Amino acid sequence: MSSGELIWSEEGWAGADFPQNAKQAVNDSQLRRNVRKATGTIRERRAGLVAETPDWRQLRRAGAAIKDDVLHHLDGYLEEFERNATARGAHVHWARDAQEAARTVTDLVRATGHTEVIKVKSMATQEIGLVKALEQAGIAAHETDLAEMILQLSNDRPSHIVVPALHRNRAEIRRIFLDGMDDAPKDLSDDPHALAEAARLHLRRLFLRTKVAVSGANFAIAETGGLLVAESEGNGRMCLTLPDTLISVVGIEKLLPTWRDLEVFLQLLPRSSTGERMNPYNSVWSGVTPGDGPQSVHIVLLDNGRTKALADNIGRQALRCIRCAACLNVCPVYERTGGHAYGATYPGPIGAILTPLLAGVEHAPQLPFASSLCGACYEVCPVEIDIPTVLVKLRHDAVKAERHRLQDATFAAAAQAMSGRRRWTLALKLAPLVRLVRQGAPPPLSGWTRTRDLPDPPPESFREWWTKHR
Amino acid sequence: MCGRRGPAAEKDAGLLRGWRLYDAPRMRVALFSTCLVDALFPDAGKATVQILERLGQPVEFPLEQTCCGQMHANSGYFEPKLVRRYVDVFANYDAVVVPSGSCAGAIRHQHAMVARAAGDEPLARRAEAIADKTYELSQFVIDVLNTDDVGAYFPHRVTYHPTCHSVRMLGVGDRPLRLLRNVRGIELVELPRQEECCGFGGTFSIKNPDVSAAMLADKMEAVIESGAEVLCAGDRSCLMHIGGGLSRIRAGVRTLHLAEILASTDEAAHR
Repeated sequence: MSSGELIWSEEGWAGADFPQNAKQAVNDSQLRRNVRKATGTIRERRAGLVAETPDWRQLRRAGAAIKDDVLHHLDGYLEEFERNATARGAHVHWARDAQEAARTVTDLVRATGHTEVIKVKSMATQEIGLVKALEQAGIAAHETDLAEMILQLSNDRPSHIVVPALHRNRAEIRRIFLDGMDDAPKDLSDDPHALAEAARLHLRRLFLRTKVAVSGANFAIAETGGLLVAESEGNGRMCLTLPDTLISVVGIEKLLPTWRDLEVFLQLLPRSSTGERMNPYNSVWSGVTPGDGPQSVHIVLLDNGRTKALADNIGRQALRCIRCAACLNVCPVYERTGGHAYGATYPGPIGAILTPLLAGVEHAPQLPFASSLCGACYEVCPVEIDIPTVLVKLRHDAVKAERHRLQDATFAAAAQAMSGRRRWTLALKLAPLVRLVRQGAPPPLSGWTRTRDLPDPPPESFREWWTKHR
Repeated sequence: MCGRRGPAAEKDAGLLRGWRLYDAPRMRVALFSTCLVDALFPDAGKATVQILERLGQPVEFPLEQTCCGQMHANSGYFEPKLVRRYVDVFANYDAVVVPSGSCAGAIRHQHAMVARAAGDEPLARRAEAIADKTYELSQFVIDVLNTDDVGAYFPHRVTYHPTCHSVRMLGVGDRPLRLLRNVRGIELVELPRQEECCGFGGTFSIKNPDVSAAMLADKMEAVIESGAEVLCAGDRSCLMHIGGGLSRIRAGVRTLHLAEILASTDEAAHR
């Protein structure tokens, strides 16, 4: 299990068995309502902001081009980053996989002598299962992002990359606070302001007493050795400035060549992720500044399957991803299942390609099929990741990796029937048989006829008509 | 592409109201019916032939054609032999017309990838060349035949579903709607939340039946909300899906391929 929590398994959810999980999720009407409402809101805000940005297409093109440059010259940029970060007083560590990264962070925290850390919301730390690893080492890691805190209090998992508790509504959150937060006011209402205030007071004590923080980073700048965290609540700013020690886990694809490249990404990211013109907080730090902020700064550069993904000439574009989750918010599949059905740290369309690319398609063979290939994800992606094409490519890898005798034989027979005029003409003679199963076909076609009729077969095929009339 | 727009075409368009394009280029055009239309929905194929001939464009149907291989590719089974068949059958035509945005999209965006995955670069090159002259019906009528009025008459209340592949993979834009707006007698009503997928997705509907059915339910709700008698789209596959659901719940809305509406005329209506 060196890939950490890329794919998770939990009671009630069948790992990455998407069809099974989705069946359960689709029947949860509260979940569907919550997800639809939340994604719908962000989707509309994003659409409005993109429409008012006249050079959106050029920005997207630039974003994709900058990331492609990074991926093509990753070795060089990584070393440049390490050099510059080290020169400014940061300690750079390299982690091949989730286990190595979690161990590095654990050792660094242990070395401080503290048993408590505060955390900034970060996908990389989710991916490596850091909170659990720290817990096993006797270190309590407190999530300080409001949504992540809600999930931690309710022993739940994130279901969205940007809005992790999107599957919960405010009535549910009130309940979670009253049950899990020892200092929650007894008369707490489900008014968002009251909920935020309760969380604020609870978190403030943590910020003031904790000496070690763990974060991820949205961007790592090779030219300066700096890291950037974009956020909305200010909890990140607290974690990044108040403690003595700051440890950041950063995927190796997070690099940007220069400071100026932020011009593009700080326009793309907020519009795509939260539907804002800019993030309320952008915190940037480069190594250590004497007398200001953490005096011990560590950066753990994480591979965990990224170089493997880089070797896939169609799949590598997934490494351009800036984790904005715009693809989740427009995905008709995600809207109906929510994120947990994917059984993985990265849900939604990007997760359906990123998870198999990082963990190996043999470990998540269902995920590339968790899409109707409608292409809405590609349309909104701020770095032009052609998710449908990567999905199709990964489906090809999946059927090669794992044999399904009935399915393989069916497709082989169909291809055979389509490989010649005579065979095909003969096969068309079977079309009237559809009539027999129109409203109730045997499996696997029963998945269709449970809710839909099959078409009434025509008296003659098109080619029969053509041959007779021409 | 080879859209031919010129002063002559514009002048004639007014006079002839798009009925017959005497300045249409002399091209050898083939119909790729798609396997689904060939097997289960021949009316969409017949209608395509009628439209093209009415516009003065002769069309051939090479009988060696079978399937573009999209269903295979989207299910993970890359079949270069289906790509080769398509390329061989249509190599000698100036243009190929496909009454499906999804299949035309697969030909344009998947064939070369399937060939390359099999290590067949020469096939990939040939596939790219033929993809460039493969057109979805509305693209062909508007971009190549230079008209958006095909002289149709269809006195019914119709709503149009822009299928995902036609819009997002192929980029047909509003071409189908431009054609529909010029149909005499038609009452076009807007389909709510039209850009949302119907949940078909080929084998997705069978591999993930629960999600697919949930998407279909919302699409059917939108169709019924529109108040249309007829649901129209440029893909028989999506229509098979939505139509199968509408038939099951006895919604009383029928589905017609774009070509079937465009082929229908005054005479046909009075027959």
